[in-house]
Amino acid sequence: MSAVLRFTKDHEWLRCEGEAATIGITPYAQEQLGDLVYVELPRAGSELKKGAAAAVVESVKAASDVYAPLTGEITEVNEQLASEPGLVNSDPMGKGWLFKIRIADPSELEALMDEAAYEALVG
Amino acid sequence: MSLHAEISSPGATAHLKRTPLHALHVGLGARLAPFAGYEMPIQFRNGILKEHLHTRASAGLFDVSHMGQLALYPCEDMANAARALEALMPVDLLELPEGRQRYGFFTNEVGGILDDFMITNRGDHWLLVVNASRKEADAAYLRDAVAGRCTVAALADRALLALQGPRAEQVLSSLAPQLAVMRFLEVRTALLHGVNSVISRSGYTGEDGFEISVPAQAAESLAQDLLQHAEVAPVGLGARDSLRLETGLCLYGADIDASTTPVEAGLTWAIPNCRRAGGPRGGGFPGADTILRQLTQGTPRKRVGLRSEERVPVRAGSRLYADASSDTAIGSVTSGTFGPSVNAPIAMAYVESAAAALGTKLFAEVRGKRVPVRVSELPFVTTHYKRS
Repeated sequence: MSAVLRFTKDHEWLRCEGEAATIGITPYAQEQLGDLVYVELPRAGSELKKGAAAAVVESVKAASDVYAPLTGEITEVNEQLASEPGLVNSDPMGKGWLFKIRIADPSELEALMDEAAYEALVG
Repeated sequence: MSLHAEISSPGATAHLKRTPLHALHVGLGARLAPFAGYEMPIQFRNGILKEHLHTRASAGLFDVSHMGQLALYPCEDMANAARALEALMPVDLLELPEGRQRYGFFTNEVGGILDDFMITNRGDHWLLVVNASRKEADAAYLRDAVAGRCTVAALADRALLALQGPRAEQVLSSLAPQLAVMRFLEVRTALLHGVNSVISRSGYTGEDGFEISVPAQAAESLAQDLLQHAEVAPVGLGARDSLRLETGLCLYGADIDASTTPVEAGLTWAIPNCRRAGGPRGGGFPGADTILRQLTQGTPRKRVGLRSEERVPVRAGSRLYADASSDTAIGSVTSGTFGPSVNAPIAMAYVESAAAALGTKLFAEVRGKRVPVRVSELPFVTTHYKRS
């Protein structure tokens, strides 16, 4: 099964394969935030509702909440970010992923944007 | 704040004032944001971390033209004007020589701080550099308070640049070699590009450096010239804040305000003996009763530095507790960030004096969790002022 790439207006990306979604922040978001110095991630095993605070990304200047783009269970978080938060800047859609969700309600995917729609949003 | 709100471009900015370097900022790729009524660069293309580290390693150029430059011309003589100003602040101006500056603050009737500033004896006038957010209020206050003793001129047609860092002397002296011999808190006039400039050896970063006041129309060409030097990079207000916080310097409106006294804020070093109880000009400023009493008897709370033992930044507004479970806060954070040179979270806070001793372990509440922190010496970094 091939992965489907989706985006939210809150500048998150989701790589969805079956019921698994890997989530991070977009290259545009990391560039706007600047160098991250701390990333706080949810606990693996926790259940999050769509729109709930899931993670926090912090630059020198400010802390920003990242909301769960989908309802589901957190199956894995990127432990490497504890010591290397800068991975979100250097490789936001690769090694800088934040967490993985087991998708509870696939219909929530319908509200997400494809890459072209997101690119149009951020110009 | 949500990620979306944090990175959204600010809405209408038409009401914001611009400094004479606005076009240059835009050309340099600055991220602009409202600050004290101005549209100011928060960071340039390098980003806050690199701009901060570059200032400590080489030289950073800051636009601080939003700050207020107030000239006070004596109606009689400088000493008469000094006496009028000493009635507003616990500072020694009568013995401040021409060409020297000092840190000071206006106090209110309860001993709080109305604004903090640098004040210079310019020979024929007193020059204050005050906070952007307070400059109109300060000018109005002074016009009333020193009426008949000084005339107050807001130097709105002058820009202010700061060149800060270990390479600042080398760069600036390439334009005016005579400036290399200046010492910390010395102020001189010099021609830079044929333009009459007022240069002080001071700053807000803990590094050696200069603040340069120039006519607005000359600011951009001077900035361009300084930026031609490989040692110099443009630095925004984001790094200015992390640099001053590492240096333990207060930000007005965050760490000090009308409700904090200079004694609580640990600014007693700025109050000379001659203005203290028993001194030749002891007291005689607003709130002197409170401030002089606190100097001998202490205060219920104190400003302290905090270092975190974890990686999570502890930011302004975070409440402080004596242990991991108590419900009663013993203080709160007034400034906090990740210190790029310290390479750890740092903060300043007010805490109950019983909890202010160096090394005291406290807990800061961050998003509902208690993060261990320790009361630490200020500044967090070694300063590099050119004192001798």
